[in-house]
Amino acid sequence: MSAYMNALVALPVILPLLAGALSLAFWRSSAAQKLLGVFGTLALLVVSVHLLFETWEHDHIVMHMGSWHAPFGIVLVSDMLAAIMVVLTGIIGLATAVYSLSDIGTRHERFGYYPLFHLLLAGVNGAFLTGDIFNLYVWFEVMLVASFALLILGGERAQMEGAIKYVTLNLVSSMLFLTAIGLLYGLTGTLNMADIAVRLAEVEDTGLVTVIAMLFMVSFGIKAAAFPFFFWLPASYHTPKVAVSALFAGMLTKVGVYALYRVFTLIFNQDVDYTHEILLWIAMLTMLTGVLGAAAQFEFRRILSFHIISQIGYMILGLALFTPLAIVGGVFYIMHHIIVKANLFLISGLTYQLKGSHELRELGGLYRSHPMLAVLFMVPALSLAGLPPLSGFFAKFIIIRAGIEVEAWLAVAVALVVGLLTLYSMVKIWNEVFWKAQPAGFGQTPTPVRPLFWMWPPIVGLALMTVMIGLYGQPIFEMAELSAEQLLDTSRYIEAVLGADYVESLQEMRR
Amino acid sequence: MNMHSLILRTAGNFLLPLLLLFSVFLLLRGHDEPGGGFIAGLVAAGAIVLYVFSMDIASARRLLRVDPRDLLGAGMVIAVLSGAPAAFLGQPYFTAQWWEFGLPGGGELKLSTVLIFDIGVYLVVVGAVLTIILNLAEAED
Repeated sequence: MSAYMNALVALPVILPLLAGALSLAFWRSSAAQKLLGVFGTLALLVVSVHLLFETWEHDHIVMHMGSWHAPFGIVLVSDMLAAIMVVLTGIIGLATAVYSLSDIGTRHERFGYYPLFHLLLAGVNGAFLTGDIFNLYVWFEVMLVASFALLILGGERAQMEGAIKYVTLNLVSSMLFLTAIGLLYGLTGTLNMADIAVRLAEVEDTGLVTVIAMLFMVSFGIKAAAFPFFFWLPASYHTPKVAVSALFAGMLTKVGVYALYRVFTLIFNQDVDYTHEILLWIAMLTMLTGVLGAAAQFEFRRILSFHIISQIGYMILGLALFTPLAIVGGVFYIMHHIIVKANLFLISGLTYQLKGSHELRELGGLYRSHPMLAVLFMVPALSLAGLPPLSGFFAKFIIIRAGIEVEAWLAVAVALVVGLLTLYSMVKIWNEVFWKAQPAGFGQTPTPVRPLFWMWPPIVGLALMTVMIGLYGQPIFEMAELSAEQLLDTSRYIEAVLGADYVESLQEMRR
Repeated sequence: MNMHSLILRTAGNFLLPLLLLFSVFLLLRGHDEPGGGFIAGLVAAGAIVLYVFSMDIASARRLLRVDPRDLLGAGMVIAVLSGAPAAFLGQPYFTAQWWEFGLPGGGELKLSTVLIFDIGVYLVVVGAVLTIILNLAEAED
């Protein structure tokens, strides 16, 4: 692998770390931190798009950190799924960094908003790219430490309340994750994920393997906010600054979903009937509880939070069905969802700035006063509900079609009903926030502390992307297709990480 | 915070330079033997904290000359950049680079990017610990 490629895989982690370190060094200067925020994430996006194209061409790009070779050293591996996720991090990072120019005040800056923001991006990208299960744990922790601090930045009462639930459940999850890693290490004697996959094939005690698989499922299920571990999410996501909410809504739970995809394709593929059957039930219940929870809510960001949960169900459904088309659908869904969901949160922040409330009953009349914003809301809202020709339609279509192919009728029925109920929630927001007249006594536009100009470009940009994914979905579909191919044919990943010689010598030893 | 103890103050005046020297010793020794940037940073931060106990916060800040947050930022930048030389030489990020110099009068001096990384860690640990403790101490006063 050429030197250039080596650097390319590491850059999505190094760039945010460097940007974070520099904004920490320039903590006195607000302007420098803002510049680093925007241009740091812009550079991250450029690099990650480049990485995606290189990965598309070369299948897998592997880098052995510090020249310590796998399976002993830590490897960074970019396959299609990881590269796609890194690009999405770049997009959401840039969008929220620009949005922050209008949303984040000097008080939050002084508490270290920008360094934490970059640290979070570094943690997320590290989790996507690493090929080592313990290193995955470390990146999870980096990400969580940054997210804990971002969640309580500002120190309001509601934030503290949400943060306690968030921190407690995530610590439980981390503990389970660490236990599972310990057991896995005891069983296989290695931490490299490719090496684990090779060695697990020869383990005879399959019962223990299934136990470990369940530990991973619970741990990542908590991170992904899947049923029945989801309640930390609606308790906390509506409390911080909107830019933080959007970043969390876009990326954080998806790291959990990504980890499920990685581990349950590469490592735990021995007893698919058992493990993926459980995943199927988790997926269906997650979809249902999420969407029903949302129907009962009347606060803008809380409705959106519950919809994150129901959408997570679709992604897990893609993994649970475990056919090539279902995985394609799952990956497509992740891509669509991250962009749409982050955008809806950004819009909720802008309506708050315009009308001074997040409560549906206090809002109203925005269609009359800001028709442009109403249109911009319609695009991601209808896409989330799955109406053609927007991105969500194709995402749902692929997954449901995959469900029909394997005759999982119940899952198909649930997916369709949840789609309808999502539409109900979005129409509810539309009616309450945009269509009905402004209730008397509310909606005094607060004089904005900062100009709102920088809130618009990210919203417009993400809405355009939603439309583009719908209208020109072919390349996106091809990317998802290739990533599904790579996920299901694990030998390609293993050979890329460990080298053909190593794999051969292991097989030799077995004989 | 001030304990107003003559014994502690007298002992502190002797211990501060000793502890700081010891932390540098740990830092330089760290690559192949027990030690390294993290533990050295803790020792150095401990030395300053001892000074806070025996004197007071204002004089500890004067002693430091720089804001601990600056140490934190500078340390992070140094640690992240210490991996970069390898990338420019076409090797994977964080591959250790070694430079050896003959010293006049025999012996040799080995410098490496590992040491630079450790110095970065050292500064981060000193900066982080002191930021926390000085802020807590000031909040208590």
